[in-house]
Amino acid sequence: MQHWKTSNGLPPPQGLYDPTHEHDACGIGFVASIRGEKSHKIIEQGIQVLINLTHRGACGCDPETGDGAGVLIQIPHKFFARECEALGFSLPQPGEYAVGMTFLPVEKHPRLNCEGVLERIVREEGLSVLGWRDTPVNGDAIGRVGRASQPYIQQIFLGRPAEMDEDAFERKLYIVRKRAEKEVAESEIEDKEFFYVPSLSARTIVYKGLLLAPQIANFYGELSDPDAESALCLVHQRFSTNTFPSWKLAHPYRYVAHNGEINTLKGNVAWMHARQSILASPLFGDDIKNLFPIVEPAGSDSASFDNAVELLFQSGRSLPHVMSMLIPEAWAGNPHMKPEKRAFYEYHCSLMEPWDGPAAITFTDGRVIGATLDRNGLRPGRYVVTDDDLVVMASEAGVLSVPPEKIKSKGRLQPGKMFLVDTVEGRIIADKEIKKRLSSRQPYAEWLKENQITLDQLPEPTRMHAADHATILSRQRAFGYTDEDLKMIIEPMATKGEEPVGSMGTDTPLACLSDKPQPLFNYFKQLFAQVTNPPIDPIREEMVMSLISYIGTERNILDETPENCHTLKLPHPILTNRDLEKLRRVSRGDLLAITLPALFRAADGEAGLRSALDELSKRASLAVKSGYTLLILSDRGVDKDYAPIPSLLALAAVHNLLVREETRTLVALIIESGEPREVMHFALLIGYGASAINPYLAIETLEDLAARSYLPGQMTPDVAIKHFIKAVNKGLLKTFSKMGISTLQSYRGAQVFEAIGLNKDLVNTYFSGTTSRIGGVGLNVLAREAQLKHEFAFRAVTDADTELAVGGSYHFRVNGEYHLLNPLTISKLQHSVREQNFKTFQEYTELIDSQSQNLATLRSLIKIKKARKPVAIEQVEPAKEIVKRFTTGAMSFGSISKEAHETLAIAMNRIGGKSNTGEGGEDEERYQKDANGDWRRSAIKQVASARFGVTTNYLVNADELQIKMAQGAKPGEGGQLPGHKVDEIIARLRHSIPGVGLISPPPHHDIYSIEDLAQLIYDLKNTNPQARISVKLVSEIGVGTVAAGVAKAHADVVLISGDSGGTGASPLSSIKHAGIPWELGLAETQQVLLMNDLRSRIRVQTDGKLQTGRDVVIAALLGAEEFGFATTPLVAMGCIMLRKCHLNTCSVGIATQDPELRKKFAGKPEHVINYFFFIAEQVRQYMADLGFRRFDEMVGRVDMLDVQPAIDHWKARGVDLSAILYNPPLPGRVARHCVQAQDHGLANALDHQLIARATAALENREPVEMNFPIRNVHRTVGAMLSGEIARRYGSDGLPDDTIRINFEGSAGQSFGAFLAKGVTLTLEGDANDYAGKGLSGGKIVVYPPKQSHFAAEENILIGNVSLYGATSGEAFFNGMAGERFAVRNSGATAVVEGVGDHGCEYMTNGLVVVLGACGRNFAAGMSGGIAYVFDERGDFTEERCNLASVDLEPVIEPRDVELVHGLVSRHFELTGSKRAKCILDTWADILPRFIKIFPHEFKRVLGVSRTRQPYVPGQPLPVPELVEALHG
Amino acid sequence: MGKASGFMEHSRETATRRPVTERVNDWFEIYQDFPEEKLRTQGARCMDCGVPFCHTGCPVNNLIPDWNDLVYHGRWKEALRQLHSTNNFPEFTGRICPAPCEAACVLGINEPAVTIKQIEKSIVERGWGEGLIRPEPPKFRSGKKVAIVGSGPAGLAAAQQLNRAGHWVTVYEKADRIGGLLRYGIPEFKMEKRIVDRRLEQMEAEGVKFVTNAHVGHSIPVEDLQREFDAILLAGGAEAPRDLNVPGRELRGLHFAMDFLPQANKRCQGDMLDSSLDILATGKSVIIIGGGDTGADCLGTVHRQRPISVHQFEIMPMPPAERASQTPWPLWPMQLRVEGAHEEGGIREWGVATTKFTGDANGNVKQLHGIKVGPPPKFEPREGTSS
Repeated sequence: MQHWKTSNGLPPPQGLYDPTHEHDACGIGFVASIRGEKSHKIIEQGIQVLINLTHRGACGCDPETGDGAGVLIQIPHKFFARECEALGFSLPQPGEYAVGMTFLPVEKHPRLNCEGVLERIVREEGLSVLGWRDTPVNGDAIGRVGRASQPYIQQIFLGRPAEMDEDAFERKLYIVRKRAEKEVAESEIEDKEFFYVPSLSARTIVYKGLLLAPQIANFYGELSDPDAESALCLVHQRFSTNTFPSWKLAHPYRYVAHNGEINTLKGNVAWMHARQSILASPLFGDDIKNLFPIVEPAGSDSASFDNAVELLFQSGRSLPHVMSMLIPEAWAGNPHMKPEKRAFYEYHCSLMEPWDGPAAITFTDGRVIGATLDRNGLRPGRYVVTDDDLVVMASEAGVLSVPPEKIKSKGRLQPGKMFLVDTVEGRIIADKEIKKRLSSRQPYAEWLKENQITLDQLPEPTRMHAADHATILSRQRAFGYTDEDLKMIIEPMATKGEEPVGSMGTDTPLACLSDKPQPLFNYFKQLFAQVTNPPIDPIREEMVMSLISYIGTERNILDETPENCHTLKLPHPILTNRDLEKLRRVSRGDLLAITLPALFRAADGEAGLRSALDELSKRASLAVKSGYTLLILSDRGVDKDYAPIPSLLALAAVHNLLVREETRTLVALIIESGEPREVMHFALLIGYGASAINPYLAIETLEDLAARSYLPGQMTPDVAIKHFIKAVNKGLLKTFSKMGISTLQSYRGAQVFEAIGLNKDLVNTYFSGTTSRIGGVGLNVLAREAQLKHEFAFRAVTDADTELAVGGSYHFRVNGEYHLLNPLTISKLQHSVREQNFKTFQEYTELIDSQSQNLATLRSLIKIKKARKPVAIEQVEPAKEIVKRFTTGAMSFGSISKEAHETLAIAMNRIGGKSNTGEGGEDEERYQKDANGDWRRSAIKQVASARFGVTTNYLVNADELQIKMAQGAKPGEGGQLPGHKVDEIIARLRHSIPGVGLISPPPHHDIYSIEDLAQLIYDLKNTNPQARISVKLVSEIGVGTVAAGVAKAHADVVLISGDSGGTGASPLSSIKHAGIPWELGLAETQQVLLMNDLRSRIRVQTDGKLQTGRDVVIAALLGAEEFGFATTPLVAMGCIMLRKCHLNTCSVGIATQDPELRKKFAGKPEHVINYFFFIAEQVRQYMADLGFRRFDEMVGRVDMLDVQPAIDHWKARGVDLSAILYNPPLPGRVARHCVQAQDHGLANALDHQLIARATAALENREPVEMNFPIRNVHRTVGAMLSGEIARRYGSDGLPDDTIRINFEGSAGQSFGAFLAKGVTLTLEGDANDYAGKGLSGGKIVVYPPKQSHFAAEENILIGNVSLYGATSGEAFFNGMAGERFAVRNSGATAVVEGVGDHGCEYMTNGLVVVLGACGRNFAAGMSGGIAYVFDERGDFTEERCNLASVDLEPVIEPRDVELVHGLVSRHFELTGSKRAKCILDTWADILPRFIKIFPHEFKRVLGVSRTRQPYVPGQPLPVPELVEALHG
Repeated sequence: MGKASGFMEHSRETATRRPVTERVNDWFEIYQDFPEEKLRTQGARCMDCGVPFCHTGCPVNNLIPDWNDLVYHGRWKEALRQLHSTNNFPEFTGRICPAPCEAACVLGINEPAVTIKQIEKSIVERGWGEGLIRPEPPKFRSGKKVAIVGSGPAGLAAAQQLNRAGHWVTVYEKADRIGGLLRYGIPEFKMEKRIVDRRLEQMEAEGVKFVTNAHVGHSIPVEDLQREFDAILLAGGAEAPRDLNVPGRELRGLHFAMDFLPQANKRCQGDMLDSSLDILATGKSVIIIGGGDTGADCLGTVHRQRPISVHQFEIMPMPPAERASQTPWPLWPMQLRVEGAHEEGGIREWGVATTKFTGDANGNVKQLHGIKVGPPPKFEPREGTSS
């Protein structure tokens, strides 16, 4: 694979693969002596930590080669002094010399060249070279792939000139390294890509490489040398989605190691680059130019982050200061934060945007060492401090065994907080103290007060644009408004203050294939987070989100002056006409605005547009030079001659020119445009750099609608506009959060979009950095589209036209946009399956497939070749085999009716395909076959973010377990089932309460990164080893890379969903604008898996409006071996695309729970079966023509596809599908479909021993008890045993306490996951993340070792996300839990002594007692169950609880009191908790400080459900019963 | 948009027909007014389908869901505009269209369809009633001249559109009045001719010129038109009747519908006819051959002329009362229809093929001979029946 290598060790872009989408996530940790005492032991312990984190890393096709590991230590002076002496040169005192770790070309000649360059630069910078040391390494210690790309590793020793102080020396070293990097990169030296300097410092040294953790000490022998001593050791184990050899991308970098992902990287890097022109520092003087580019090109997100850290650190800020600047706490939404601290953050936010994304960062400069978490706290970090002043911090607890009696304290990293050890001061510095120190560095608050401006402070404008009702229609037409825009977008937003919702996905053409003129916005698709980082819930976790932005001239970020915060602060980016006029006339300080026209002469077409863009850019450039700081790009003034330049294009043109001229950061770009009207439009404008937007025509439209009394309830225009802006803002937050981005500031310019159908010229000129993989239209088409709208606008109005174009992109209209599912295709399909008429079916597929008149999909541009030697159709695999590859989509019972759901299941079971439960659980009565032999059980059981109904019994009754990472209609979003839809059956299946609303969180709270996914796969595989595990992804750029990660995480199947599918309710902007067609995602997946040689061990499935045999064949040739269908089977059963699924009014009884409407369901299994057999028959015909006898032969044969010739469509002719049809050049032995099973690593599971010892219980229900030691490498303990129980005894399990297992030690992740009833796990020690995940009736008791001295209630005992999705059972934790305790609990009872942020989030049932401190945002989205909190500090109501959905009440009702007392007593009995004892002893005094957290909805339905029987016998739910008892 | 649950709350209701005993004594339209409140409720039954099949069932692609919703919200003016955007003469179609939209209505799958036709008619009638339908002369003239030959619905629609686009339009009609079938084919009780007249008034005010008694190619040479106009549009109707070639066809008393119906309409317009040419059912025994719409029009006309008896023979077998399985939704259903005329009397016979006519010595038809036949396409004689 040598020929693939580029400068960062990854292959160059090819086909649909692009190395910029590689992701990694990992295990991190450090060991340090607080007093700074150097010893060899620290290094040993560090390496031990690394080894114990091995399971967080991954291996690719070569099991001996990991994704990278490394350690960072202080310069081991004693060792080097000895070694150098032997090499013939001596080292001065520590601090007086530096060591450079260098990776060099293996070949001697180029190596010497590189060394020469480095030496020369060293001398030029006034330093001396003391000598080189050939670093001894043992190549046999690492894997084949690692060895193949191994660089030559040398250390260079540099002397510090006497007059230079240590900090100046470090700065010099920084310059040396940057210069050398640049010079080598620009040189002609052969193999120069090997050159890399992991570290060059007088304080620290980095040892890293493409290795597995256990290999590092053998590879770098000197790490084992007793003379190698350090007071700190920072370690990192990498799990990357790729398996391409890269030594450089291993961590640690020079200052940090990172676990997570920077979602806003593109923007951050771009802004850093843009700022270079104004960077200045007296510490560097002119040398600063040598540091450019600050961010090394082609680095990973972590590498880029490290670059930014280095710059800010070297220019004089302390590391904690730098960290707080780059990854600030969530301050904007926290009213309780101290004003000085808020001011500190606000000041720095006006300097630069946060680097946003899930991040646990460990950092060190060799003196301080610490760790910090991003505002969301989505990565784990646990630490222990011992009584001999050793600190061990890592992603997991228990990575280093420390005798319990030596432990002084245990803790965890908290969101936005810093954990810092200062080895010079010899102490741990608390977050509070760090932040206090930072906040008091400067009078930030005063600076802000004096320099920052808000809109309120600006004078009222004298004049504003008023609505012009006479011309509004022509202007709406000129901007392409349709009837639907008004009716389905603008009006609902104004009415309800939120984005409108639709259903059934989309089936209209891509913008680049549509005959209708499109807004430029429609050529872009939103990116979203899946697997490698989590989306955020912008509603329930609003506190981390922010729309605040600062506009004005950016200043030198290396400076810290009052002027730096001279900005205009906007609470959100949408400007009313009044706001805009204020800005237009602003004259405060440096702020000065100019309005630049963004119009072009319509008659001049492309040439006119091009020259208008040039003119606009020139004017902008001139305006900047003249000192204007706010450029308002305005398309007001459209008339019969002038058409608007698409607003995004105008913005991009100006932005690009200013970036080139390096003046971009001097100005803010403000858009005054009639064009933006829906959320996607605003998101795009911001994503490409706009600071604020005045959507004047949308505003005028609202005024006009109000004037024509089109708005309900005589709504005034002001209210309507307010609502509209609110809806846009909510939508923006949702859009950001899909990508895991929290703040507008970070989103601005981050370009988290993919272009579909724009040609290279256009993208390179105006949208550089944006991916556009299939070519497409250029400026000429954009001009033509603008012209078409303009012609329509200024043509004489006759009655033949509706006022606006009908649109028809959401709902079918004859003169509107084309739809694949139209009256003709729907009726033909229905007629064919009902009458079992293949001929009619062929008429249907003919309509879909021959899209020559109506191009709609990418596959409509693809042609299937004919084989030279066709085979007779009789020789082709029979249809009954082919249909086994078909599945139906994940539609929950809840989204569709029982009748529809069961009909699909019966049909699929009859033909040997697979139906899917969707996310709502499944009625256990369906697990048994019916008397007639039909089986209503869904073969695929979905595991989605809310874990509704995911019990152990559910998991074992499956052939496939599907982890839904995203869904095509709304990737990156959660969902909500309103209370009125939760009837008794749905509530029973979802383990919730009838009438109580249910929320699905956007992320799986146990999957924030790829190694977390590996963990969930492991959990599920343990619970049901027979089921295959599938991971559902949605197509977007980079999905192939994620799929490679999924393969490495040991999934058996990966499903690539297209964007167009989707049957459920979703915001319209998500249906239309998020995700991309499956053709692209599937082809990319196939290509990347092949390039990694991972395709052989995973099956690939695809779905997304597959409709015909041709669709299936194209998907197969592109690499899929299985196929999902949802919309068309529904249509076969009678769905007529009413698109009212979200309203519960489906008139054919499919997508409804209304009993009356359900009676109208007329679908039959036969309809579905006919459909699938028709498809299979068509597939067979194609196979015969292609010459394939077996389906497997066809998979991945992309060479049998070609582009459809003779497509002469004014837009489509620019589309280039060669990237989709790319066939990576690989030898034949690299399998193109799945030929081998994954090794899930179950063989070593501790559960095998548990099961063996529990035979008597499993077979005869006899009680058993056993004892085991446990370590963090023992993961998912109890799940396999529980699966065995469920398989034998169903959800009833065994009698309580039948199997008692006692552990001692630190348990790994997912301790007690899916624990079944009858099992009790008792753990003396501590546990990691996900303890009690999916608890299904079992009991978990955890307490600290008896001999430990620390106060249990103040120390962390279990990790994050405990009891996630628990449905029943009990847990008692004698200590604190991390973030998101009992998230989505729907039935378990738990007692804990403290919780982190977001406790009891989304809880729908169950009971939680917290006997200590709570983090913030407790009870967010909690709709059912009850929590009781002992509010010791008295700050719960004010600062800790999210009151949006719960009431807080005192605990006074006797039954409440009795319940809490009983649970605390049991807690004491089971754990021996001192705190429990203390509470019980002083019960009467303490009781008034207990608070009862009672969700509104639960309260409401309790009033009702007492009078009826909500629960079916045999399905006991412990908590409601308790509550029932309580309220009697 | 719309009321999502409207169809679940309200059942279908349409305007009722006037009592038979009353209406057979006059020539006025048979439907009674439909109250606005009820109409809006009917509009609320529209489900605002994602794929509105009605909208393609409709040959002129009426934006049905859109105006249903507007009616539900009481926005008559906007509804009228939207209705006119696809249809020049909703007052005609709202009366005489067989409403394939309703046959394709999604609600019709398992419930009575939305009363689309009623709503269409009501929107436009309200428009006339409130004076919203006014002449809309073009803002500028192209200077081009267009001749349209034929003044039936197609010719009139073309005339209105071309005129509004700024061309000078002249319509030539061979009959004595403008309207074609609208004028002389549709009986008065289905559509009163004032309905046509008021539309013609509007068109004249917009600038369309009408020339009657102008049989192009006969009384007016084509060359004249070619000389005078930039474009000529041929919008003549299909006037050749389908004959029945059986023995006795030549007997007196056998008439084509299109000889019979125009007379009735002319009488209603107050024309004095040559009584020797009268075709009247008064005091006669009448057989109508053909069970379709034209048959029904004749039937209603015959009733109003007080015959002794009326029979209507249809060669096809009696269709099922509900949608036939070979014409599943959303196709135009084969099913038994009971029009207003059928309510008014007469005997319908199915599967009857006429074999010959016999008459008296004076050559007046006296008897119709027919046989019972089986279904198409063969129409095999059923055993046991004979002429």
